[in-house]
Amino acid sequence: MKMKKIVAMLMAGAMTLGLMAGCGSKTPAPSADPGNTGSAVEEIVVALITNTTGDYAQYGIPVHNAAMLYIEQLNAQGGINGKQIKVLEYDDKADGVEAVNAFNKACGQNISGVIGSVLTGATLTLADATYEKGVAQITASATAAGVTVIDPEDPDSEVRTNVFRSCFIDPFQGEKMADYAVNKLGAKTAAILLESGSDYSEGLTAAFEAKAADLGLEIVDKEAFATGDKDFNAQMTKIANTNADVVFMPIYYGEAGLAITQGRQAGMKSVVMGGDGFGGIKDYASAEDLEGSVYCSGYAPGTESVAQFEKDYEAKYGEPVPNMFAPLAYDAAMLMCNALKAADDKGLTPGTAEFQAAVVEAMAATTDVVGITGTYNFDAQNNPIKSAAILQLQSGAEVFTELY
Amino acid sequence: MVLSQIINALQLGSIYALVALGYSMVYGIILLLNFAHGDIIMVGAYMTFFAVTNFHLHPVFSVVLAVVVSTLLGVLIEKLAYTPLRSAPRLSLLITAIGVSFLLENGAQMLFGADTKSMVQTPLIKGGISIGSSSISLAAVITIVVSVAAMLFLTFLVQKTKLGKAMRAVSEDMGAAQLMGISLNKTISFTFAVGSALAGIGAVLHIGSYFQASPMMGSMLGLKAFVAAVLGGIGSIPGAMIGGFAIGIVETLVTVGGLSTWKDGVVFAILIVVLLVKPTGILGKPVTEKV
Repeated sequence: MKMKKIVAMLMAGAMTLGLMAGCGSKTPAPSADPGNTGSAVEEIVVALITNTTGDYAQYGIPVHNAAMLYIEQLNAQGGINGKQIKVLEYDDKADGVEAVNAFNKACGQNISGVIGSVLTGATLTLADATYEKGVAQITASATAAGVTVIDPEDPDSEVRTNVFRSCFIDPFQGEKMADYAVNKLGAKTAAILLESGSDYSEGLTAAFEAKAADLGLEIVDKEAFATGDKDFNAQMTKIANTNADVVFMPIYYGEAGLAITQGRQAGMKSVVMGGDGFGGIKDYASAEDLEGSVYCSGYAPGTESVAQFEKDYEAKYGEPVPNMFAPLAYDAAMLMCNALKAADDKGLTPGTAEFQAAVVEAMAATTDVVGITGTYNFDAQNNPIKSAAILQLQSGAEVFTELY
Repeated sequence: MVLSQIINALQLGSIYALVALGYSMVYGIILLLNFAHGDIIMVGAYMTFFAVTNFHLHPVFSVVLAVVVSTLLGVLIEKLAYTPLRSAPRLSLLITAIGVSFLLENGAQMLFGADTKSMVQTPLIKGGISIGSSSISLAAVITIVVSVAAMLFLTFLVQKTKLGKAMRAVSEDMGAAQLMGISLNKTISFTFAVGSALAGIGAVLHIGSYFQASPMMGSMLGLKAFVAAVLGGIGSIPGAMIGGFAIGIVETLVTVGGLSTWKDGVVFAILIVVLLVKPTGILGKPVTEKV
C-alpha cells in the first residue's frame, strides 16, 4: 500500500515537472556541449504526437504508423547527414491539453520539430503552443483553416508561420465539392448532413454553402447529428423528401455509411458527395446504396506513386493502408525530415533555437518536393498547393476518376 | 413521411427503453447506477459481428450467442466488481461502475481495434415494407416488436413469478428480505442476468438496424438511456419504458422541427429539468429516508 502511494506521488511529481518544464529552447540545452559546433550531436529529435488510443484512434494509429515507417526507412539509409532521427512518441488521446503536455515534455529533450497532432481540435491547441515557441510543426490530417492562421475569418489574419500541413484544408474541399456538383454533376439543389460540433464537418459545410451561393446551387435542407449517433433515420427521411440533386455529407465514413443506408431506405435517390472523411466507406454500406457516390481525397489508393508505400506499410503492420491519413503522414514526415536536413546542412546544433528557426524557414521554402500523394509547395498560409483526387463508388469499389 | 417518422421514433425509443430497463432494474435492487450497462451492449454487438462475419454462424445462433455472452458478462461484472463492495458506500460502487465501463471500452479497443466494424454486407435483417408512399425497414419493425415483447415478458417475470417477487422484496428492504429467507446473492445476480440479457437483445437489435460495432458505441447510448430511466423514474420498470419511448419521440420531433443540431442538447436539458423539478421522474416513488 505504502509502495503504491510513493509510486503515485513520484508519478504526480514527474507529471508536474513535465508541465512546468516548458520549452528550454532559449537556453542552451544541458546535453549539448556549448563548445561544439553541431557535429557532436549524433541524433536529431522530433516529437510525434498522435492519438493512438481513445475515440478516434482509427485516425491516429495510421498517422503514427506511417510517420514511424518513413523515419525508420530514412534511419536505415543513414538518417540525415549521418545523424539518426530519434522520435519521441506521445499519445494525446485526441485531447488538446494532452497534446500540449506532450509538447512541453518533449521540449525538455531538445526537439527540432513536431509531427502532429491528428484531429483538428487537438492540433489547434497544440499549434498555439508550438507557435509561441517557434518550433516547426506539421500535421498530416488537421484540415481546419484555423490551424495555420490565427483567425480564419479574416483574410489578413496573422499566420502561424511555424505550422504546416500535408493535407487539404476544409474550405478547399467544401469549395471543390460544390464546384464539382454544379459543373460536373449539373446539380441545381443540394441537401447537407453534418456532424454538429465537429470543426471538420462545420468547416466543410460553411465553404460548401458559400461556394454554392456563388454558383447558384440551392441548399434545400441542412440536417445535423451529434457525435456518437448511429440513428439518422429522422434526418434522412427529411432529406429524402426534399429530392435534392445531391446530398453533401462532410462526415466520416462510419457515420456516412449509416446515413447513406438509412437514406436509401427512406427513398433518397440523390447522388451522395463527401470530403476526404469518406475514405474507406466501401465497407460501411452496400455496393448498391453507394453506387455513384463521389468524394474528394488527398490520396488515390492503388496509383503508382503510393504502391511501394502501400506494400511497405502492409509488410510492417500486417494490415493494408487503412485510410488516406497514412500516406499523408508519410509525406508529413518526409517534409519534416527534408526541412531538418536543410537546417542541419547549415551546421547548426539540433535542438537549439537557431536550429528550430532554420527548420521553420526551410519548411516554408519547400519547393516542388515530391511526396507519394503529390508534389508539395506551400502557399502564403502554409497550406499545400495540390489537386484533389476525385473517387467514385463503382460496384462497391472506390475508383479514382480524375484530379479535379 | 409522417408514418416513417413515427416508426423512426418508435425504433429509436424501443432501443433506449430496453437499455433504460437494465439501468432501472439494477438501480431498483442495489441503488447502483451501472454505468457499464451501455458497454455490455457494445460487447454484445461485437459478439454478433464476429459470430456472423468471422465464424459464419447462422443469424439465429449469433443472436443467441450474443445474448448469452452479454448475460454472463453482466453476472461476471456483478460478482467481481460489485459484490465485494456491497457494504461499501454507494459512491465507491458508482466509481467502480465507471471504472468497469472504461475497462470494457478500452479493453474492446485493445482486443478488437479502434475502428468501427461494419457488417452491412451481411446484415442480420434485410429488406423493408412499403406502406403507401413510405417504406419502412424490416429491422425497424422487428426492433419495435421484439422490444415490446421483451418488456411484456419482463413485466410478467417481475410481477407473477417467485423470483420476481424476491426481486421486489430485495428492492423494498434488503435486510428484511434476507430475514424472510430470500437469498440476496441469487436474487441480485438474477437481476443482473436479466438486465444484461436485455442489453444483449438491445445489442442484437442495434446491430440489426445500424450494422456497426465500435468500442465507444455504448457510451452515448448508455447516457441517453440513463436520461430515459431518470425521466421515467429510476427504479421503475414501466417508467423506463415510458422514458425510453419519450426520449426517442423527443429526438425525432426535434429533428422533424428542423433543429437536429440541438437534438442532444434537448435530451440532456430534459435530464436537468427532471432533476430540478421532479427528481423521482414520471413514475418514481418519492424517496423516504429510513432512520
